[in-house]
Amino acid sequence: MTERVGIVAVAQTKYSPNRADANEGELVYEAVRQVLQETGLKFAQDGSGIDATVTCSQDFWDGRTISSCNVMSYVGHHHSDEDKVAEDSLNAVYTAFARILSGHQDVILVATHCKESQGDKRGIENAAMDPIFLRVLGLDFLSAAALQARRYMYKYGITPEQCARVVVKNRGNAKRNPLAQEPMEITVEDVLGSQVLASPIRQLDSKPTSDGACAMILAREGKAKKLARKPIWILGASNCYETNYLGDRDLAECDALVTAAKKAYKMAGIKDVMNQVNVAEISEEYSYQELLWMEGLGFCQRGEAGRLLDSGVTQMGGQLPVNPSGGMLAGNPTVVAGMARAAEAVLQLRGEAGEHQAEGAKKALVHGFTGACGQLQGVMILGN
Amino acid sequence: MAELTADRVERLKDADVFIYHGKIYIPASYTAGAVGSRFLIEMRDNKKIMGTRCVACDLVYVPARSVCKHCFAQLDKWVEVSDRGTLQTYTVAGQANGVQPVDPPIIYGVVLLDGASTGLVHMISGVDFEKLAVGMRVKAVFAEKRVGSILDIKYFAPL
Repeated sequence: MTERVGIVAVAQTKYSPNRADANEGELVYEAVRQVLQETGLKFAQDGSGIDATVTCSQDFWDGRTISSCNVMSYVGHHHSDEDKVAEDSLNAVYTAFARILSGHQDVILVATHCKESQGDKRGIENAAMDPIFLRVLGLDFLSAAALQARRYMYKYGITPEQCARVVVKNRGNAKRNPLAQEPMEITVEDVLGSQVLASPIRQLDSKPTSDGACAMILAREGKAKKLARKPIWILGASNCYETNYLGDRDLAECDALVTAAKKAYKMAGIKDVMNQVNVAEISEEYSYQELLWMEGLGFCQRGEAGRLLDSGVTQMGGQLPVNPSGGMLAGNPTVVAGMARAAEAVLQLRGEAGEHQAEGAKKALVHGFTGACGQLQGVMILGN
Repeated sequence: MAELTADRVERLKDADVFIYHGKIYIPASYTAGAVGSRFLIEMRDNKKIMGTRCVACDLVYVPARSVCKHCFAQLDKWVEVSDRGTLQTYTVAGQANGVQPVDPPIIYGVVLLDGASTGLVHMISGVDFEKLAVGMRVKAVFAEKRVGSILDIKYFAPL
């Protein structure tokens, strides 16, 4: 039988609106240094240390072609086996997981960075659109998300108040997470009174500009047990892609997420996700997304996520705390967000999340996405 | 660039760091392809909105495209769809992003044209914001001067 793959160390920077004091390499090194110190591992090509590094960054955000060149001396790429994944970093963890399952490598460092403060977010998002049929319209991920939010709320009766309660919950959870960027003591009225950016999305329905980095080390079971007191096992992982042209989709649906979840659950032996998973970290750049993705992940029926939230199930102390960390809404950069979710889930499963610890977590769900209206969806199940 | 918030100014003061402002020069050409070109030419020359049909999947793709994403069949059956349709969703985008074709606020919408199976993403105009509604009927308004661009449709207006 194939050995399991364990996460043996995780580290994140504190998320910040602007880390002008560090370049991309220096920023990611803050996280890399911590996981190297925690495990005592060194980079080695003879099987005695870290066999390879998988990074995740995005050329347009780094403002250069081949963005991994930006960080190579800080993540062990020098004279080593390297691979770069673009889009969301949960896919970098998935890639490292698959590399280890191949039997070819035993220990892999995964590192991701993004400095949103350095780029033009709307311009970068517009450049991701089809150049002939969408880009010239001036669409960006915000206006695309607003089209999705409206369609979802219209079709399933989700209210602006329910979306606002996601923000109140997650910004509130962030108060207990020392790495969170923008914890807030706010009310539904504060959210509904904030400026409309692209209706129905308001300023507080969206995440702040953020800089940050995350690193983790994955190892095959035999080595993971020696490297960590509490290795956290990747029990299932998958991803799935939506169609690219926004008009092809009913934007109220998230079929790719449904498929990604089914595949990850099958691998992990999850039959009833609501009762088999104890905590979830879900990527939500906009408030409606936590509700829509909850439904796509099968935590409830379509259109029921608002009521699930209202019932308190997803609050700290509920049956399934969602985003104890504060999520993306409290401030994570795109690209880094998926891996930040995974790192947070690892802390939860180790029982080391401190003030924002969910009680007795045995299995965690991790979600990441990238692109307009969640085009690429990734799901991972972790267990202790 | 992000706004110079108080927190950021404080950090910059302490850090005494150098920030280099650059710009990358990357012109690019985009080929519409045989099918995309015909779609654009029909719109430019004849004010017709064309789709391609997948007979096996019983779908009409608009904008027209050359391969069915469901069955991977090559599509060569052209159909004209209506210039009228139903609004599936919309947003009033109030933020300027530097790349919009007209000044914000811009209404974006997804319009399911009569005879099409997929929605066309475009701008909506000629309507008060408060009268916008999912399900409203709209009609394409073509530009006087058409050049072979999706902007040869100026916008969709209420019927």
